[in-house]
Amino acid sequence: MAVAAPLDPTAAAPRRRGGRERFLVAAVFLTPALILLGALVVWPIVATVVASFRDGTGDEFVGLDNYRAMFDEPRILKAIRNNLIWVAVVPAVVTAIGLVFAVLSERLTYQRAFRTAVFMPMAISLVAGGVIWRVVYEQAPERGLLNAGIDVVAEVFDPPGEYAGALPSQGVTPLEGGFVAEQPVEPGGIVSLGLIGIPPQQVPESAEPGRMPTPAADEVAGVVHRDFTPGGAGERGVLDPTELGLPGMKVDLRDEQGTTVKSAITADDGSFHLRQVEPGTYRVAMASSNFDAPFAGIAWLGPSLILPAVMAAYVWIWAGFAMMVLAAGLSAIPREVLEAARVDGASEWQTFRRVTVPLLAPEMAVVFVTLVIYVLKVFDIVLVVAPPEVQTEANVIALEMWRTAFGARNEGLGSAVAVLLFVLVLPVMVLNLRRFRAERG
Amino acid sequence: MTASLRRLLALLCVLALAAAGCGDDDDGDNGAAPTGGGGDDLEVPTNVGGSMEVSAVWSGEEQAAFKQVLDAFTARTGTTVTFTSTGDDIATALRTRLAGGSPPDVAILPQPGLLRDLAGQNALQPIEEAAGRAIDRNWADDWRTLGTVNNQLYGLFYKAANKSTVWYNVGAFRTAGVEPPETFDELMRIAGTIRDSGIPPFSIGGGDGWVLTDLFENIYIRQAGPEKYDQLTTHDIPWTDPSVKEALRTMARVLDPALVNGSAVSTTFVQSVDNVFKKPPAAAMVIEGDFVPGVATVPAEPETDYNVFDFPSVGGSDPMVVGGGDAVVMMKDTPQARAFLTFLTTAEAAEIWARQGGFASPNKAVDEAAYANAIQRRNALALANAETFRFDMSDLAPAAFGGTVGRGEWAILQDLARNPGNVDAVATALEQAAAAAYAE
Repeated sequence: MAVAAPLDPTAAAPRRRGGRERFLVAAVFLTPALILLGALVVWPIVATVVASFRDGTGDEFVGLDNYRAMFDEPRILKAIRNNLIWVAVVPAVVTAIGLVFAVLSERLTYQRAFRTAVFMPMAISLVAGGVIWRVVYEQAPERGLLNAGIDVVAEVFDPPGEYAGALPSQGVTPLEGGFVAEQPVEPGGIVSLGLIGIPPQQVPESAEPGRMPTPAADEVAGVVHRDFTPGGAGERGVLDPTELGLPGMKVDLRDEQGTTVKSAITADDGSFHLRQVEPGTYRVAMASSNFDAPFAGIAWLGPSLILPAVMAAYVWIWAGFAMMVLAAGLSAIPREVLEAARVDGASEWQTFRRVTVPLLAPEMAVVFVTLVIYVLKVFDIVLVVAPPEVQTEANVIALEMWRTAFGARNEGLGSAVAVLLFVLVLPVMVLNLRRFRAERG
Repeated sequence: MTASLRRLLALLCVLALAAAGCGDDDDGDNGAAPTGGGGDDLEVPTNVGGSMEVSAVWSGEEQAAFKQVLDAFTARTGTTVTFTSTGDDIATALRTRLAGGSPPDVAILPQPGLLRDLAGQNALQPIEEAAGRAIDRNWADDWRTLGTVNNQLYGLFYKAANKSTVWYNVGAFRTAGVEPPETFDELMRIAGTIRDSGIPPFSIGGGDGWVLTDLFENIYIRQAGPEKYDQLTTHDIPWTDPSVKEALRTMARVLDPALVNGSAVSTTFVQSVDNVFKKPPAAAMVIEGDFVPGVATVPAEPETDYNVFDFPSVGGSDPMVVGGGDAVVMMKDTPQARAFLTFLTTAEAAEIWARQGGFASPNKAVDEAAYANAIQRRNALALANAETFRFDMSDLAPAAFGGTVGRGEWAILQDLARNPGNVDAVATALEQAAAAAYAE
């Protein structure tokens, strides 16, 4: 560069000074930096490599045993596999989302507000971002934001039954999401349907002590009751004196083919009458609509969804970074080029695809390569978002290294995992350095 | 002001070691103080003077409570005590001090493994003369064994934790009409009744692996006995031993999904406590140690909202306690350190902290009226009166097996919680993991 030329040390040094003196000056200026680099970068790398050839306590030389153990351990293989998925998915997704946000927000009236909002997550640490997402992903709808949202919609389309969670007592068996009396019944007969597992606060306040009605000749009558007496004292399958009837229960009369022929709703004392029944043999059932379970929440933090869940949280944090870099690149694209394309009749999509994207390629490469490096080293967000019991499912190399070296106190194996991570990051770093040099050239 | 004046006087006493008259000043204050409970066999000397340093992991509230114990010691002996909190990693802190040649006079160790290590490195001084007789008189035999290395007594267990407790929601028990059980069979019977009443009986924080190891240990020590417990702790018997499988089968009965609120492995320990302490409760019982009320994030009153019972007897077992404890060790044999050890064997030293809560002493001589509330009292009494006490097994095992997230016992017992049927596979996996971890 032109400005740098007069500051060039070789040019600045008077010609007649000897090479020895120049060497000394260089040495004096370089030594502090070299000492720092040596102590903080080179020495730890060397020490880690050395430790990776020693046993867990660092006392004995074990050759390649740690590396062999590493590739035999399914947990570590899983971590490597997960890291590869991270590298394959996250940088591409972040770059794509950043590009879309950058291009679209160009046209926005409130461009600055939008970009600030998207960039905001970058201002908090990955740990804090992780904590936020941990709460968002909680399974119970009363705790997790995401499931709470789904719950609101689910309740509209599929309201939960009043007696969700009830269990059958003696003489009652599960059937198609509801329950059915085991004993068949004929017109003029009575049925007692006992349910347990219903907490007192779930019983409607209007409930009265259960009462067995008397049927007419062409009726099937009965009672649905909470078959529980404190201390478990009452007799199972029998309506004991203090037991409450369960009001509002939909009761079906099913014929021998299983077709519902009559229905009724229980009264406050749990009694019901199914009237004008043809002669025959029937069974009395409680419909599944009474027992529909409330939305239990999607297990975002469960073993099968944890990997994409953590990656989504990471994308949320980094999308802002990608957008900012690409937006800066976008504003540097000469307007004339875009205008020329439009004048030549290119559609918006064509302009974007053939002009904007190629001109943004260097910035996209910066974002992509930076993310590949960060994603290989990903650690904190996995630790925070993934609950302990699924961390093996979401495991990544850096987390595995930390757990092995500092949790299980096996420094040898931990160092071997660290060396593996180093080796994986190295080619990307080399690529990055080459690109820097090429840009400068 | 008077306290610091007295300290200054004490210091002068030490400077003029031979000055006998100096001591008489203090006698009026301290000489008459009772030695506490069963302390007629060991007198805490007065007029020791000088200064000493004590290191422990305690900080915050615990440090403040212990400070009062230290003040009482200073008031009696005139010895100035400096307290150093080491943070959680006391092993590293003490080893650094040892390497530098200036260990603290007295240290308080939370792990018996560390006591063994330090004794093996000749970093500890025997405390037989300072505390031996008091321990024989007022502590259960197991505590002496825990503090002994190579037939020398090194550790005095001043503070302890009781992990053999079950906490329950009083309202849930009332609704179901059940009473706290004494035997495991009764526990399972009331569990069924509680489920019928409409609430899951158990809340298990299996998301934290150590909750499951504690449950296993409580069942194992009662079903297999303390001898087998010790053998399993040192891995002298394999985890595929029939006694282990039997305990796992018993544990699987508790983990039955029909009896557990939600999924055990996706519930954290804190959530599991809140499930039982909140209104209305989401479960009736949580099986964990005496620290349970301290972690609840919902307001709840002892005795009216929640209460506690001892982990029930399995197959007629005697009262036993699994737990933890803090061992006081002497790193420098000085008169001050000896006086301090003797002081900590007195009931008075324990009662000072007991009054402030969050404390249980294994010392049988401690006046039960000193404990902050009825619940702490009964947990502490269960601890002091238990004939058998064992340290938490997983805390004594190599960390790779008994103390790391996603590994060893923690992870494998979570598999049992997910699928309580596969006891044999779980035992085999435990043995494999233990064999690898103990070999290192």
